[in-house]
Amino acid sequence: MLEVVKKLASLGIMGINKRNADYISVYNPRKLFPLVDDKLKTKILAENAGLEVPKLYGVIEIQRQIRDLASILAPLTDFAIKPACGSGGDGILVVSGRVKDLFRTVNGQLLSLDEISQHLTRLLSGVYSLGGRPDKIIIEYRVQFDPVFERISYLGVPDVRIIVFQGVPIMSMIRLPTRMSHGKANLHKGAIGVGICMASGTTLKAVWKNSVVEEHPDTGNTVEGVNVPDWQKLLEIASRCYQLTGLGYVGVDLVIDKDKGPLLLELNARPGLNIQIANRAGLISRLKLVEENINLLNTIEDKVRFAREKFSS
Amino acid sequence: MRKYHLQILCTLLLVIGAGLFLYKALILHYPLSPDTQTDAWLLEYHPSFSAKGKPLKLSMFIPKSTQQFLIMDESFISRGFGLTTTYKDGNRQAVWSIRNASGQQGLYYRAVVRRGNIGDTNEKIKPPELKLSGLEGADLEAAKSLVADIRAKSADTESFLSTLLKRLNETGSDTNISLLLGKHPTSLKQAQVAVQILSEAGIISRVVFGVILEDQSRNAPIIHRLEVYENRNWKSFDVITGDVSLLENFLPCWRGLDPIVQLTGGERLKTVVSVARHQEAAVLATVSGAQITSPAIVKFSLFSLPIETQSVYKVILMIPIGAFLVTLFRNLVGMRTFGTFMPVLIALAFRETQLLWGLVFFTVLIATGLTVRFYLEHLKLLLVPRLASILIVVILFMAMLSVLTHMIGIERGLSVALFPMVILTMTIERMSIMWDEVGSYESVKQGLNSLLVAALIYGVISNQIVGHLIFVFPELLLIILALTLMLGRYTGYRLLELKRFRALVD
Repeated sequence: MLEVVKKLASLGIMGINKRNADYISVYNPRKLFPLVDDKLKTKILAENAGLEVPKLYGVIEIQRQIRDLASILAPLTDFAIKPACGSGGDGILVVSGRVKDLFRTVNGQLLSLDEISQHLTRLLSGVYSLGGRPDKIIIEYRVQFDPVFERISYLGVPDVRIIVFQGVPIMSMIRLPTRMSHGKANLHKGAIGVGICMASGTTLKAVWKNSVVEEHPDTGNTVEGVNVPDWQKLLEIASRCYQLTGLGYVGVDLVIDKDKGPLLLELNARPGLNIQIANRAGLISRLKLVEENINLLNTIEDKVRFAREKFSS
Repeated sequence: MRKYHLQILCTLLLVIGAGLFLYKALILHYPLSPDTQTDAWLLEYHPSFSAKGKPLKLSMFIPKSTQQFLIMDESFISRGFGLTTTYKDGNRQAVWSIRNASGQQGLYYRAVVRRGNIGDTNEKIKPPELKLSGLEGADLEAAKSLVADIRAKSADTESFLSTLLKRLNETGSDTNISLLLGKHPTSLKQAQVAVQILSEAGIISRVVFGVILEDQSRNAPIIHRLEVYENRNWKSFDVITGDVSLLENFLPCWRGLDPIVQLTGGERLKTVVSVARHQEAAVLATVSGAQITSPAIVKFSLFSLPIETQSVYKVILMIPIGAFLVTLFRNLVGMRTFGTFMPVLIALAFRETQLLWGLVFFTVLIATGLTVRFYLEHLKLLLVPRLASILIVVILFMAMLSVLTHMIGIERGLSVALFPMVILTMTIERMSIMWDEVGSYESVKQGLNSLLVAALIYGVISNQIVGHLIFVFPELLLIILALTLMLGRYTGYRLLELKRFRALVD
């Protein structure tokens, strides 16, 4: 057992205790958490700063606004419905088209307007929000993911997670939905995590349920060696999120739309540690390197260049 | 500075905690393990009542030293009351009085009872006089006919008495006895009638009240026995069984038929009698033995509290231990439980139910709650009404469980009421949300984790030595605090993370 501890320490793998005590509690002031725990706030904040986000179609905050649902949805053929304070992709409804009066979701269900309203009522009551607090609902643009990922994802939209430390992107992975995760890009639910080389933006080996895999379990295609498009731009957006929120240690979730390019989805003030398994690399050494050099890195360009130089895999 | 702040604080706490502990253990020779052999108890009477703004007088029987027991260190706590102690018919009585009092009032009488080794002092007991039975008319005739009847069937005083007690317990069999006992005979009434009949038979007897000196009894019952004068000695009998064996730990408190407390000028009288084995006695014995003039630390201790409060603190002081263990499990092992401190409260409840029954009750309650929760899920209720509904069902079910187990004679079922039901409700809610979101496996696993942690905590806090150490040396909590603070800055791996990151090592 001591062997394992030594090995993990030599790899610079970070545990939860260290993340909480040395990074989150030091670099993420508590008062900033509401900015990222509420996706609507994050979205507005990012939009005002000129960052690209999925376009907001409408917000529903109280029960009676559900009556206006028909008029909000009238001009739309496809859209996504999300709880503002949901976690892990729960409660998200993605509509890809219409069949007469009915709405077709991405997993092939047909729902009537009434059924969607019922779903909204549930979301408002806070079924999926942290701590069950009453929630708000976001209706937004449905991301059409870049064809690069078509071969290696199932049902849902793959997203790119980048850990940003004081503005320097230090590690990233792409999360691919599977049949097991029900199209959700959540590693706990069975999505695949694939590390990305910070220098080149190409994918590394994949991790599925804590073990290394070569191929996507549903499509059978290799996941290694895929070039993530717009890599430089993704890193720049991620880096800007530090100034945007003030959170020193933050997980930035992005998607790549085939028409609009990289879009900011959400931020996470307590990003998970599985990214280390996906990259087969530890966070500690990278965090240390940033702490030593942070005084020299003033601009976004500096920080992104530093990341691409130092953190190649 | 910030770097050393915590280290300095922890060192300080450790030094103070360990220092006080060592001082008390090594220099004052406080006992390190519970001494159940000490024959000393703390006896406390606590009458409370509400005064009506009129002159008030409260008289209470208090024990006096006997051949077996010494009454020492008596204290009377009574703010603003005048106090006298008198002897009345061989009983000791404390009389509190006040000209004007109103509102809720409480008085305390506290004494240390030690087993005395006076042995046979050959003290001459003054032969008591036979008192008249006070029976008249039909009652007198009934008593006389009983005496004649029983005398015919017995050889001596002892067999007379045992036949009498047997007859008195078979109510309804004899019209004479039914007449004397009245409609609703209590065991006290039986004793009273026995005294009357015995006096008709020319045997001197009396009723004695007292308490059993136990390890710990927060509401000690006052029991009564029958005493008969024979061969220049008083002999005591159990009223129900006629058992003559002398109860070793029976402390006689007063004789006669009056209640322990008599009150004029007040109402809603309630008297709590508590008994606890007196650990301080052992502690103080060693202190005085070492010829140390009692330092302030000795006086400033939990032993100075009323016994009732002491028993409460015996439980409360266990909570820090539980919290520390939870911290260990969370930050060192990485075990997740429902509700951070829920296992501590469950473990406290286990103290009353015992482990096995506790586990059974807990599982049954959670399973029922979950079933109800899944049913309510269909109704799409809002959060707070849903939680309230589950709480109501859980409490109803608890009551049912208590009644049911009581009916089939499992007394442990009564203690189910000590389960923290609000915590249970929250656990049920969290478990069911997790069931939906992450799956049944993870949810049940975490539930079992919580139960396992609770059982382990119970194992530690129900340990007699741990309980004794924390109560006699509360400064040990400073050490616990220091360790907890240090854990707060533990940034190493958790045990379960080693498994999680296993893939990276191979």
